[in-house]
Amino acid sequence: MIDFEKYLRIKKFPLIWCAGCGNGIVLKGMLGAIDRIGLDKNKITVVSGIGCSSRATGYVDFNTLHTTHGRAIAFATGVKFANPDLTVLVVTGDGDATAIGGNHFIHAARRNIDITVILYNNWIYGMTGGQVSPTTPHGMRATTAPFGNPEGSFDISRLAIAAGASFVARGSVTSPVKLSQYIEKGIRKKGFALIEAFTPCPTAFGRQNKMGKALDNLEWIKERTIDVKKADALSPEELEDKLVTGILVDVEKSEYTDLYAKLVESVRDIPVDLHIPEREVVPASIAVAGGEEL
Amino acid sequence: MKASPEGVLTGAHYLDGDHACAEGALAAGCRFFAGYPITPSTEIAERIARRFPKVGGVFIQMEDEMASMAAILGAAWGGVKAMTCTSGPGFSLMMENIGLGIMMEVPCVVANVQRGGPSTGLPTMVGQQDMMQARWGSHGDYGIIALSPNSPQECFDRTIQAFNLSEQYRLPVFVMMDECVGHMTEKVVIPEPDAIEVVPRRLSPLPPGEYLPYAANGDKVPDMVTAGEGYRIHTTGLTHDERGYPDMTAEAQDKLVRRLRAKIDDNAEKIYDHECKRLDDADVVVVSYGITSRVARAAIDAALDDGLRVGEIRLITVWPFPAELIRDLAANTKAFVVPEINLGQMVLEVERAAAGAARTIPVTHAGGWVHDPQTIYDAIREGLRGNAAPRKSARKPRKEKQP
Ligand SMILES: Cc1ncc(C[n+]2csc(CCOP(=O)(O)OP(=O)(O)O)c2C)c(N)n1
Ligand code: SF4
Repeated sequence: MIDFEKYLRIKKFPLIWCAGCGNGIVLKGMLGAIDRIGLDKNKITVVSGIGCSSRATGYVDFNTLHTTHGRAIAFATGVKFANPDLTVLVVTGDGDATAIGGNHFIHAARRNIDITVILYNNWIYGMTGGQVSPTTPHGMRATTAPFGNPEGSFDISRLAIAAGASFVARGSVTSPVKLSQYIEKGIRKKGFALIEAFTPCPTAFGRQNKMGKALDNLEWIKERTIDVKKADALSPEELEDKLVTGILVDVEKSEYTDLYAKLVESVRDIPVDLHIPEREVVPASIAVAGGEEL
Repeated sequence: MKASPEGVLTGAHYLDGDHACAEGALAAGCRFFAGYPITPSTEIAERIARRFPKVGGVFIQMEDEMASMAAILGAAWGGVKAMTCTSGPGFSLMMENIGLGIMMEVPCVVANVQRGGPSTGLPTMVGQQDMMQARWGSHGDYGIIALSPNSPQECFDRTIQAFNLSEQYRLPVFVMMDECVGHMTEKVVIPEPDAIEVVPRRLSPLPPGEYLPYAANGDKVPDMVTAGEGYRIHTTGLTHDERGYPDMTAEAQDKLVRRLRAKIDDNAEKIYDHECKRLDDADVVVVSYGITSRVARAAIDAALDDGLRVGEIRLITVWPFPAELIRDLAANTKAFVVPEINLGQMVLEVERAAAGAARTIPVTHAGGWVHDPQTIYDAIREGLRGNAAPRKSARKPRKEKQP
């Protein structure tokens, strides 16, 4: 039995999260993973953005940083470089990581920096009361999509894979043991790891979409998820409305802080030319014609 | 503490202001840089990209300026001295996380090599139009520190000073350069490392358990700790108490925000840095900063040759602004002449401090080139008339010649 309390700032309880919210299950999965790996609490830094999910940093007894909306991954990039021995985790939401922070998300994956991102995907902006998110399914309601979302939605995991992440897994609070295992594997991975966790928001998503009680919200997720192994046997049509869970990518690649350390080593004894060539100045005529932005 | 020899290129060099700023960062002990290219600041990043790996520092080109600012806060929080550089459009994007740096009290440096704005404006040409943005650009109330170098040598010296002030007062400090100073090449003397004073991080002597991350010392600034050493603190951009925990009350807000303001206001006497000349018997005082302080020289020299009593204040710390200095002078001075490459920004501070006791004459320029010294000279002449109504025939400022 894991003693979860030793990882929590109990003095900060009760949590701000609503009854029926799935965030606590994802958080518990993260703490379980940390416990099984046996990490030293002092050597873990958790960085979060802004949102209900991002408030998790306030409750866990590690080095914690609650930053600005969307910027947690960029902030964590600096933390990791300043101290590559720290285990750096990011807790973020679907809006935080893929709307306002979408650019930082894909670029961190591209760099393959050793950060583990635990992304709480509840298909909505919870904290601000239920506005549409980049993951809100087409046709579903949000306060800012009162007639149903006219837009399409992101497949976040596929986005991370395409951008170059070395570990991507998708889990759900409806299978908490597996979810925690994915988080464990992600933390153990040297490289950019994403664990996308489906989690219900009965308050801001469920209510607007008439999804019933808290438990019915979980049912809604269950009906839509399918394990990657089972999914392999199905046709694209059969998979159309399904959310594929499991480990989607797990590859070995060079990690960014390692590569940078090698670069430092390789230039240590060679002279560096400090002369930076004068750049060509754009002729005024071109600049005036709007041909060049500098 | 003395500078670490590793990063210091002791000797006499021929450098432009951007390169000198980069060398200043190295000498100050900066070992993390995150930035996004933008004219006319890019050379700072380019030099650091070449220099940092040699001293074990990290250079990273981020995806944008929001990320750059966030990354330097993260690195500084992780215990490394960190900086970024930019120009107007990027400075605007950084404002969000500059606010986070102020709220979390993270020491770091932002060099803004100013160009003409608004928007993309004049990418390759000079401006001094971000002076008020430096003071008030991020939302909310806070105190800020900004320095304005007027030569490549000063780009070196003032960058070190900016790092030192940021460590002392725990906030992002701005080096408000301009395109002229950034791109002009002059002799820059880099001293021996043991002649360079650097302020180390103010680390708390208290053990975990006793340490409170936001309990301020007598100077209203709290001490820091390093991540990984057992303190396990929480820090947030939300209004927080001394433990760093969110406290969403008007009382906590009042206490915190007043301290963020007071840590600069109450220490301003120690922070101020300006060059003053001939203030004792001046009829007119020229207040200037950055490249404009050098253009004003020609006008002041001409006025002195004419036998006029002209004093000078060159602002080195533009923020905090030395209002008391202006207020005291105003009683015995007919006018302040304030040339700047904007349509009147720091002049508003001069006017506020002078409070009607002396006349304030802005000498404005929308950017793209420096002033014609004649316009400053004419303003000095005009200033001799003091608060008397301006002559009808007073010459309009001459149209600037393009370079
Ligand atoms: C720059 C900025 N824009 C907008 C907001 C308002 N805001 C706070 S949380 C949030 C959305 C959070 O949604 P998500 O990331 O999905 O997290 P959740 O609350 O659902 O866990 C928004 C828009 C903000 N804090 N900062
Ligand atoms: S609004 Fe939604 S996401 Fe936020 S705490 Fe409530 S249930 Fe959870």
